[in-house]
Amino acid sequence: MEIPYSTTARPDTGVTNSKLGIWLFLASEVMLFGSLFSAYVLLRVGAPSWPHGWAIMNVPLGALNTAVLITSSVTMVLAWVALKERDLSRYWLWMGFTVLLGVMFLSIKAFEYADKFQQGLYPSTNTFMGLYFTLTGLHALHVAAGVVVNTWLLGAGFTMWERDPDRLTHRVEAAGLYWHFVDIVWIVLFPLLYLL
Amino acid sequence: MTTQSSDAHAAVPPFWRRTLFSTDHKVIGIQYAITAMVFLLVGFFLMMLMRWQLAYPGRPIPLVGGLLGATRAPGGIMLPEFYNQLGAMHGTIMIFLGVVPLAVGGFGNYLVPLQIGAPDMAFPRLNLASYWAFAAGGVVMIASFFAPGGAASSGWTSYPPLADIATTGQTFWLAGMVLLITSSLLGSINFITTIVQLRAPGLSFMRLPFFVWSQLVTSFLLLLAFPPLEAAAVLQLMDRVAGTSFYLPSGLVVGGKAMAVAGGGSPLLWQHLFWFLAHPEVYVLILPAMGIVAEIIANSSRKPLWGYRLMVYSVVFLGFMSFLVWAHHMFLTGMGTTMSAFFQTTTMIISIPSVVVLSSLVVSLWGGAIRFTTPALFALAFLPMFGIGGLTGLPLGLAATDIHLHDTYYVIGHFHYVVAPGTIFALFAGVYYWFPKATGRMMNARLGAIHFWGSFVTMNLIFMPMFIQGLAGMNRRLYDAGVQDPHLQGLQPWSVLQGWSAWALGVFQLVFIVNVFWSLRKGSRVDANPWQATTLEWAATSSPPPHGNFAVIPTVRRGPYEYSVPGAPADFTPQNAI
Repeated sequence: MEIPYSTTARPDTGVTNSKLGIWLFLASEVMLFGSLFSAYVLLRVGAPSWPHGWAIMNVPLGALNTAVLITSSVTMVLAWVALKERDLSRYWLWMGFTVLLGVMFLSIKAFEYADKFQQGLYPSTNTFMGLYFTLTGLHALHVAAGVVVNTWLLGAGFTMWERDPDRLTHRVEAAGLYWHFVDIVWIVLFPLLYLL
Repeated sequence: MTTQSSDAHAAVPPFWRRTLFSTDHKVIGIQYAITAMVFLLVGFFLMMLMRWQLAYPGRPIPLVGGLLGATRAPGGIMLPEFYNQLGAMHGTIMIFLGVVPLAVGGFGNYLVPLQIGAPDMAFPRLNLASYWAFAAGGVVMIASFFAPGGAASSGWTSYPPLADIATTGQTFWLAGMVLLITSSLLGSINFITTIVQLRAPGLSFMRLPFFVWSQLVTSFLLLLAFPPLEAAAVLQLMDRVAGTSFYLPSGLVVGGKAMAVAGGGSPLLWQHLFWFLAHPEVYVLILPAMGIVAEIIANSSRKPLWGYRLMVYSVVFLGFMSFLVWAHHMFLTGMGTTMSAFFQTTTMIISIPSVVVLSSLVVSLWGGAIRFTTPALFALAFLPMFGIGGLTGLPLGLAATDIHLHDTYYVIGHFHYVVAPGTIFALFAGVYYWFPKATGRMMNARLGAIHFWGSFVTMNLIFMPMFIQGLAGMNRRLYDAGVQDPHLQGLQPWSVLQGWSAWALGVFQLVFIVNVFWSLRKGSRVDANPWQATTLEWAATSSPPPHGNFAVIPTVRRGPYEYSVPGAPADFTPQNAI
């Protein structure tokens, strides 16, 4: 039994199943992070005083991490383009970079966390720190999930390529959409927590 | 995947692969349905225990009282703490582990691909993952009864600060909810993609059976309303585990001692996030029920649905509006008259599409030669029962009247009329109606009638007195039914009546269980289309359908309810008939 429209777009809707599915998933993710941002606004508006993020956070490291994540979005697109052009070795190169940059982001984040703990700053310290750890922690989980998926696409890519190159291309496209979303969330988080 | 799956299907997979870990939507649908019905029974059992305490406060529970243990019911007498656990878990189990998984996971999974002429769901393995996330969530919820201090006891709404400082059971509750939310998220993505992408040739959106529409709107609600609760649950989990104070205000005093937390949080934040989910959740509970009832009413009145398009536009509008009414649960929080005015206006607006759908269903009966089969009995009873539930909601939706009724038994009566004799009757109707499709055998009609009339009478005896109790001012969370309050003592006979009615309701459900098992073995065999129905699951495949559903993918040529068409050879014209 074959599920229709797995790799070809349905003519009247113009999308494949996986593309519609990943967009729906991202819609729910928007609601998840949207609620957390609303919680941030509500708690901040209700607070008598609110610390300046730049006075507590390591802004250069945060900026570096922003650059790392944006770069990884670019390499992700290049990996997908390589597949579209049927160039597997170039796909490996760019996807490998994407995974490495993801791991680099998580390492910098882990270093920042350890640094905060050393300064005696914990989620329980105040609402700002609580939000910082919750929001960046949930985001880091999303990055980690992306790294796992991308690594799997890198490894499984070889066998799937032999069997069904279109399928692999679609998967990489869907994973890419997710990766860009994770990137966008960070682009909101960085000014919210580090700069304001 | 392609070659893998065709190889796997060529040989018959082992028993456990076919039953527990199948990716066939029909198997997963039945798994969902059985698990959910077991949970409905568990949730109902908790309520039967509570009903004893309310009918005979402080008396030892007969039969099972001795088994509960000293931490729950020393000497068989229920402790208030245990009563609170039962209350919170009854609500949680009934909604998140019973009704939604049965209505969406069970019926939706089994029927949507069949009704749209698809070989399976768009993402079969995601479907399997969705079921197992649900099952894991259920296990965590049930396990919480054995946590130190017992299960969650802060109500199914888990309001902080109470829930923040509650015993370990609350942490289980939050972890369980995260699993259940993951499950419904995966499910809703799958449903929407399936309905949009896998409709058979000729099956345009305005030819979809109304049940499919109801599932489509429900899936959007699950997709977009559940993440805010996930966010809320994550924040509460942080409060409980990492010591944050998102929901704990400054200067909070518990048990006479100031709490050692940073403070600065807002308990109202939880209420906003929670009800942003939980109001759409009400429509998640009711829309699939309306879908089931619409199918059965069209079939048993042998008439097209009156106002099919109007009903479709109404449910879509209902789904949209359901995101704009959440704070009508919060009139008493002091959020201000401007907010109250806005939310009571949207609440009055949202009642219009519900009335449109219900009225269309009633008008559909007009002039029909109704076949009073067991599913028809339950579907017909749904109409007045849901009507009572809906109409009694109006005084709760207006801020002025809600001040008196808030948190009383009136509220309990209102939403139980919507969900218990409303949705659960529709779900029973669905079980009786599609049982022949899933098993190839009819359910016993005589036992079905006993089940229906018994449930119908006892349900009303349980829930109707709640309006009286509520108007008299009986709080919904009193564990002694108000025997210590002078102004509530006169209400005690109602609690006794409700208790006995609840236990009798339990007996009538035994009739249903016996009927299911009897009919599985001895029910009369049926052909593909025993109800002479028009939709694809009946008209285009066998009972039960094979793996892959259809020998040939059907081509749809007309709308879903072509009953009694003048000049047609029979009083039903299937969607795929030439």
